[in-house]
This record gives sequence, structure tokens and C-alpha cells, in this order.
Amino acid sequence: MSITSRVKKVLTGNHATAYAVMQARVDVIPAYPITPQTTIVEKLDEFIENGLLDASMIRVESEHSAMAAAIGASAAGARTYTATSSHGLLYMYENLWWAANARLPIVATFVTRAIGPPWNIWSDHQDIFTLRDSGWILFMAKNAQEAYDLTLQAFKIAENPNIRLPVGIGYDGFYISHTSEPVEMLAQDEVDAFLPDKRSIKPLLDPSNPYTIGNLPEASFNFLIRKNMWGSMESSIDYIKKVGYEYYLLTGRNYGDLVDKYRCEDADTIFVSIGAMANEGMVAVDRLRSKGHKVGHMALRLLRPYPEDEVIDSIGNAERIIVMSRAVSMGKGGILFTDLIDVVYRNRLNVDVYDIVVGLAGVEVVDNDFIKVYNDVLDGIFDKRETIFLMGGKYV
Amino acid sequence: MSKPRLVSTIGEKEYYYPGHAACHGCGASIGLRHLLKAIGPNAILAVPAGCTSIIAGRANLSTFGIPFIHTAFGSAASVASGIIEALDRLGKKDVNVVVWAGDGGTFDIGFASLSGAAERGHNILYVLDDNEAYMNTGIQRSGATPRGAWTTTTIKGKKEGKKNILDIMRAHNIPYLATASVAYPLDFHRKVKKALSIKGFKFIHLMSPCPPGWRFDMHLTVEVARKAVLSGVWILMEIENGLLRLNPPSNTMLEKRRLPVEEYVKMQGRFRFLKGELLEEFKRDVERNWERIKKILEEQSR
Ligand SMILES: Cc1ncc(C[n+]2csc(CCOP(=O)(O)OP(=O)(O)O)c2C)c(N)n1
Ligand code: SF4
Ligand SMILES: [Mg+2]
Repeated sequence: MSITSRVKKVLTGNHATAYAVMQARVDVIPAYPITPQTTIVEKLDEFIENGLLDASMIRVESEHSAMAAAIGASAAGARTYTATSSHGLLYMYENLWWAANARLPIVATFVTRAIGPPWNIWSDHQDIFTLRDSGWILFMAKNAQEAYDLTLQAFKIAENPNIRLPVGIGYDGFYISHTSEPVEMLAQDEVDAFLPDKRSIKPLLDPSNPYTIGNLPEASFNFLIRKNMWGSMESSIDYIKKVGYEYYLLTGRNYGDLVDKYRCEDADTIFVSIGAMANEGMVAVDRLRSKGHKVGHMALRLLRPYPEDEVIDSIGNAERIIVMSRAVSMGKGGILFTDLIDVVYRNRLNVDVYDIVVGLAGVEVVDNDFIKVYNDVLDGIFDKRETIFLMGGKYV
Repeated sequence: MSKPRLVSTIGEKEYYYPGHAACHGCGASIGLRHLLKAIGPNAILAVPAGCTSIIAGRANLSTFGIPFIHTAFGSAASVASGIIEALDRLGKKDVNVVVWAGDGGTFDIGFASLSGAAERGHNILYVLDDNEAYMNTGIQRSGATPRGAWTTTTIKGKKEGKKNILDIMRAHNIPYLATASVAYPLDFHRKVKKALSIKGFKFIHLMSPCPPGWRFDMHLTVEVARKAVLSGVWILMEIENGLLRLNPPSNTMLEKRRLPVEEYVKMQGRFRFLKGELLEEFKRDVERNWERIKKILEEQSR
């Protein structure tokens, strides 16, 4: 039965995503199993078999082919969705870039998971950050509700003819993908009204209007294609906010803010993190605030395009920022840190920024980790030029 | 309707346009021209990296009169799977979805995606444009390069034989498979039409000589392709619903009414190392192919 009125259901992040994809009435879902993403497509398969979703599931023989089939389907004009994690994402990699450069409005979920060897199914964010420079618009959800909400918004953003870029929604494997929480779902007619007509996606492959996509260009023409993509990326920020605000009016849940600010207003110290651990960061903020410390937290909901203005705005007059990255650029630093430090420099912000790498390979990150780092920063034990690795409450 | 007899009578309309970027004498060029006549205009062509990526022309022009999508090297069959499913959802059920892929994009890097699409039974025509090496990157060996052939990565001749892709595809139990040659365009045309009339995954293996890669003069392309058939090195056949049938002129060649293999080999500079024992082994490869076919035909007649 389709969802005829708003309903709250206890769902895992993966099932919340599957419901959103179903309600978006996707046409084609090429998919390949990998933990911890699998239960999304299993659920979608179930929806299709039970007649809840009228879509084609293409059970491909690899992730490389999953994204290839998504490219074919999207180029032919179908609303297209897939999901993957970790090694699956890396196996897809060539075609993920292809999808972006071909400006195909594919939506995908990236349930984050560490990259082997050794084999490891737990969450860190290395996999999704390999897409940082690709042209995918990338969200990071911090709970199942956000996974649901952002998935719906993703179709609207991707299919905007001025944007036409693929959109990915990331969230942590197991922490979010496999734990359950109450999720409010929209009625089907609300979703239908919110999303554009899927038949307004312009097919690139249409025998009544034949043309060729991707022939050899002049270098300068290709440069401009890339520049044009940059322009769409940059200008997408306004539209993403607009969609988020529209969604706020519909649901009361505000996505017009691309940075989820928590008690940042008068803070002298602000934590930055993304995904599941942001929830721990906010608990740490409450605990520190109760002892009179002026701390705040910002969770980046949008990774690309980088929400620079909002980040600057959130920093306000803070004196220090503690960036907790769950992914590291080997030989450079925590990836959230390197993203942020560029904003600090370009805008000549007078603020100290600390680079803390945590939670690699799925090591748990808890409120105490945030508090420990905060205390140690105040005690001045860190050299700001260093990348600090904190694991299970200990520096390693 | 009477059967077409002359090449010029196949189809009125050309969808392969002048100004394409193939080398003079390119076998693929002949193949593409006749393929498009047979599938166009209500068709979509998916092509992985290879010479045809270049033949397609410069942006924003196109060699082709039908929608054409470039794909990643190993992805043509999967992209086509996505296209056919999408067309189905969009209610465009009469469009021919066709892959045209090189031997590298088929035997090697694209093999998993080919096998997957065939196993899923997607309604696609897959045409393998076999020039027996990676030509686009400068003539490197592939799984399709025959024994003894020189390439830039087998500079003293390839030691290994050619992978038997038709047998492998036959084992996928698809409804239609065929071989074809650019020297026999009427036969190729008929096979493409036949394939399009059948629902499911269809596979046509087209032999298309490449003058720079095979080291022969550009006016000899058709001659080389014909000699391949007349010497029995390349066998024209089709397999419909599991039943194999030899096609002319190969159907008269079961009992060795073939030109000597040397007639074919000596036309090509790439075979300059094919002598002595290596040549004998090459001939045995040819014999083994025929023996296998004989066996299949015998089993069928039982
Ligand atoms: C993933 C990947 N690896 C390598 C290449 C480089 N490459 C482009 S075409 C080609 C060879 C194509 O050979 P084949 O499929 O036989 O087609 P032909 O050029 O002979 O027509 C190679 C190796 C590529 N484009 N993509
Ligand atoms: S290299 Fe060979 S296959 Fe490629 S375009 Fe030239 S003749 Fe054709
Ligand atoms: Mg080749």
C-alpha cells in the first residue's frame, strides 16, 4: 500500500532511504550488493516485487556496471537510483566520474565504510571523500530522518535543468544504516507535489532528436565544459538552500541551513564533524556548556559544493575550531580540516584550527573524545601544525 | 520483398556520414556503415573506448545519424542494459539498442559486463568489431589477437592463441549468435536484421581488418577479409536457438575446399613471424575450429 498520509515509522537508515526512493517513484535501479548498503536495495526489491514500486531493478554483475547501467538509464531519460559502499564505490569509480561529467541527474546513497585491506565493514568516511572532486553534489546525513529527507530533496536538486549533476547522500554504515529510529514520512501526494515531473528529465538519447554525447573536443572547449560544471556546482548552493527551505515549510525540518549549527552563537570554540559522530559532538557541547564552557558544534550537511558562506557565518567570532575528521588525506591531514583551513585562509579569519583524526576503520567516537580534545586544546598540548590521531580516548 | 543483391541496394539511407575520422581502408568503417543501415534510424548506439570513439568525429559534430553514447571502456553492455530498461519504462519499446565494441572492449576489459548483460537476457544487439588488437592505443595484443601476430606488445609474435569468444557466448544460451565479415556485407546485413527480429540478447562477431594494425595496404581490406573466409581462418555461421548453421561460402568448406592458410597470412605484415612450428600451430588452430564445428553439426543431426 502506498503511504496515503504522513506516518511515523521506526526505520533503519537504509530502510528510510528505501522508502524515500520508493516515494520518489524512480524508474530504474541498477544495483549490486555490498555491506552495509545492501538492505537498501533489498528493500527496494521487495517494494517492486510487492507492487509498491513500479520500477526496473537491474541486478548487475558489478558496481562498475551498476553505475554504467545508471548512466545508460539516466541518459535515456529515466529517474535513476543506486547505492553502494567502500569497495563498491571504488569499483564504480570510473563511472561515477563519468556520470558527473556527462551531467546525469542520478541519485545515489553512499553508506560509508572503511576501505581495505584489511577487510573491514565498519564506518569511516574515506570512501565518500574519494568523490570530493568529482562533480557529485554530496550530502552527509547524521540520522535516518535526514537520510530520508535528503534523499527526496536529492532528486529535485539533481533534476533541476540548471544543475543536472548527480547527487549522493552519505551516512555512516551501521551507526545509521542499521540502527532504527522513528522517521516521519510524507504522504505520497506530498512527495508527488514536492518533486518535479520525472518525465521532464531531458533524454540525451532520443531517436527523434539524434545526437552524440561526448565526442573528442578541442581542449579549450573541454575546459569550458569543466568550467561550466564548476558554475553549476557553485550556483547549485542557492537552489539547494531553496529546496531545503521549501522542505522546511512542508515538514518543519529545516534544510535551508546547509550547516547544522548547534549552540554556536556566542561560542569561543567550535567543533566540526559530520555524520553519526556529529550527534556525539552535540552531546559533548551540552556537557561542556553545563560547566560554563562556551562551545558549539557545526555539522556539515553538504560536503560539495562546500557551504563556505555558512561555515564562515557559523564560525562568527570563535577563537578556535576543532575539526574532527573521520577520513584522512594520507600525507596531508584530516579531510574536513584541509577543506576548512582553506576557507580560513582565503577569508583571513583570525581563528586557530586543530586537525584531529578520529574514528578511522570504525573505531567508535564518543562525546568524551570531543571533551578530551577540547581540554587538551585549552591546555595547549598540541602543535597546531600537526595532525593528531585520537583513538578510543588515547592519542596514537 | 525481393532479397537485396548488391551492396548499394541495402537500405536507401545512410546513417554513417562522410567526414568520419577512420583511417582509409578501415574495416570498422565498412562494418559501421552497414550496421547503421540495418538498425537505423530508430536506434541507439553505445560504444566503448576504442577506434570508434575517434571515428565518431569531433565535438560538436557526429559521424552518426542516430543517437550515440560513448561509454567507459569496460561498460558498453551495461550502459545498454540501462538504456533498454529506461526505454521500457518510458514506453519506447521499438527502439533498437545496439552495442558496437572492439575486441579489447569485449574479450578483455568489457567481458564481465558483456556476460552479465547476456545472462540477464537484455534485449540488446551486441556487435563485436574484431580487429584482433587494441588499435586505438597503438596496436597492443588482446585476447582476440591470433597466434603468431605481431603487435607492439608481442613484438616477436603472440605465443598464445585467440580466445574462442563465440563458444563462450554460446554457453550463455542466448537466442542468436553469428559471425560476419566486412567482405560479405549482404550476409552481415541479413544477420543484423535477423538479430533485431529476435527478442533477447544477440551477439554478432564481425571480422574487420585494420590496415595499419595488420600491416597491409589500405586498398586491400576487403580482399584480406575475404581471404580470411576463403582460407577457413574465419568461418561464417549463425546459431539460432542453439542450432548452428554454416553460411556461404563457409558452408562449402567443411571438407577442406579452402585456400591455403598462407594465402591469407602472407598478405599481412603482422604475420611476419608466423613461420615454422608457429605457423603449423596456427594451422592446427584453424583445423581445431573446423573440427569443433563438424562435431557440433554431427551432434545436431543426430
Ligand atoms: C579503463 C580504460 N583503460 C584503458 C583505456 C585505454 N584504451 C582506450 S581504447 C583501448 C583499446 C581498444 O581496443 P579495442 O577494444 O580492440 O578497440 P579498437 O581500438 O581496436 O577498435 C584502450 C586500451 C581506457 N580508455 N579506459
Ligand atoms: S587503426 Fe584500424 S581500426 Fe582504427 S580507425 Fe584505423 S583502420 Fe580503423
Ligand atoms: Mg581492436
